[in-house]
Amino acid sequence: MTTAGQTRPIIHPLLVRVAHWINAFAIVCMVMSGWAIYNASPLFGFDFPRWATLGGWLGGAIAWHLAAMWLLVANGLIYLGYGLLAGHFRRHFLPLRARDLLRDVKNALTFKLAHQPGIYNAVQRLMYIAVLLLGVLVVASGLSIWKPVQLDGLVDLFGGYDVARRVHFVAMAGIVAFVAVHLALVLIVPSTLLPMLTGRAPRHAGKKPPKQEQQA
Amino acid sequence: MSEKKEKPPKNSELQPELVQLQRRLFLRSGLSLGALSLLSGCNLQDGDQVDKVLWAMSRWNDRVQSMLFRPNHLAPTYPASMITKPFPFNAFYDADSAPEIDGDTYKLEVSGLVRDKRSWNLAQLRALPQASQITRHICIEGWSAIGQWSGVPLRTFLAHIGADTTAKYVGFKCADRYYSSIDMATALHPQTILALDFGQEPLPTEYGYPLKLRVPTKLGFKNPKHIAALFVTNENPGGYWEDQGYNWFSGS
Repeated sequence: MTTAGQTRPIIHPLLVRVAHWINAFAIVCMVMSGWAIYNASPLFGFDFPRWATLGGWLGGAIAWHLAAMWLLVANGLIYLGYGLLAGHFRRHFLPLRARDLLRDVKNALTFKLAHQPGIYNAVQRLMYIAVLLLGVLVVASGLSIWKPVQLDGLVDLFGGYDVARRVHFVAMAGIVAFVAVHLALVLIVPSTLLPMLTGRAPRHAGKKPPKQEQQA
Repeated sequence: MSEKKEKPPKNSELQPELVQLQRRLFLRSGLSLGALSLLSGCNLQDGDQVDKVLWAMSRWNDRVQSMLFRPNHLAPTYPASMITKPFPFNAFYDADSAPEIDGDTYKLEVSGLVRDKRSWNLAQLRALPQASQITRHICIEGWSAIGQWSGVPLRTFLAHIGADTTAKYVGFKCADRYYSSIDMATALHPQTILALDFGQEPLPTEYGYPLKLRVPTKLGFKNPKHIAALFVTNENPGGYWEDQGYNWFSGS
């Protein structure tokens, strides 16, 4: 039986899908255990609620954090390697032009932003590039506060241990903000969820009304 | 249960539905945050499968850190103007409960893989070469504070007692029932000292009188206070927090 499904194009390669879900699990572990570690000595005037933390106590939280970091970094390196070497980043995240960005931000704010499976608009491109850079920042600052003596050069780059700790927090906050927007967009456009599991474009992708074609 | 009297369906009829239901439940629990919050019960203290993985990863992190450790790379030092005042107190008990120790009768016991197991009094320890440092004490909780410590470099002391420096560990037992241990490479690091003074004064009671290990290349809890006994061994002696789940190496 021939169905449209068999001809629907792969918009998310297998490696990207696997890396995405491993990353999702690792990020959730890192953020929740990180919040528990934060609670042991809050940097700012608030605590994270206990139900949103992982590990039970400081020792458990640190064990989670320093175990999940290997998953996060190993998976992240494979994804970055693929993204850079296979041209995945270049094809999907570039070019990013200020003109397109202004137009798409305006469209997004007025809920007119069209969604084309497999093609990222300028707002998406900016967000994916930003979260990649935040990922590099969160790992670099995390390494520097894990090994402030052995990696003292990295600590100096951040301007000291206390600054590196704050950078680690801010990078986390940026990633959590990305995840919040990312999940909100999946709720608004639920047809984007299945392709991240199957890889294939949604069934209605081919029947897009012409007015949604972007005239850039 | 109004359908009780109906003929029960055959197993074979139920099977596909059960499988589907299981799949649905598995998927749902696999994707939900709720499943992860179940994992948050895994805290290194229940001995379940996830805890075993966490302990194994912690031992792996010990090995990685001992490879990252550079024996002659010094921890950053700071000017006296940057010393944190007041320096925070931290222990598994309140400051009032810190042990009162009589310096006149104090003895540091020495045992294990050493040639000379005689005990040391404070005058003998002060007669050894002394070193001073202003370094950052980093707590596992995340805060840090800069302090000044002076005393006998541990490697000098180990040389005096004829320690087997090819052994793996140096262990410490303390008057406040605390205990800890460090790897030999860290014990021989030039900044690892048996501190007698804090600032310009003998260690105050709450900071570990009369003897405290100062290791600027490790987290604060690896700096035991009120040391009563030191021993050299090839069996990992663990530690008060380490045995509960803090990473053993905990290098900085």
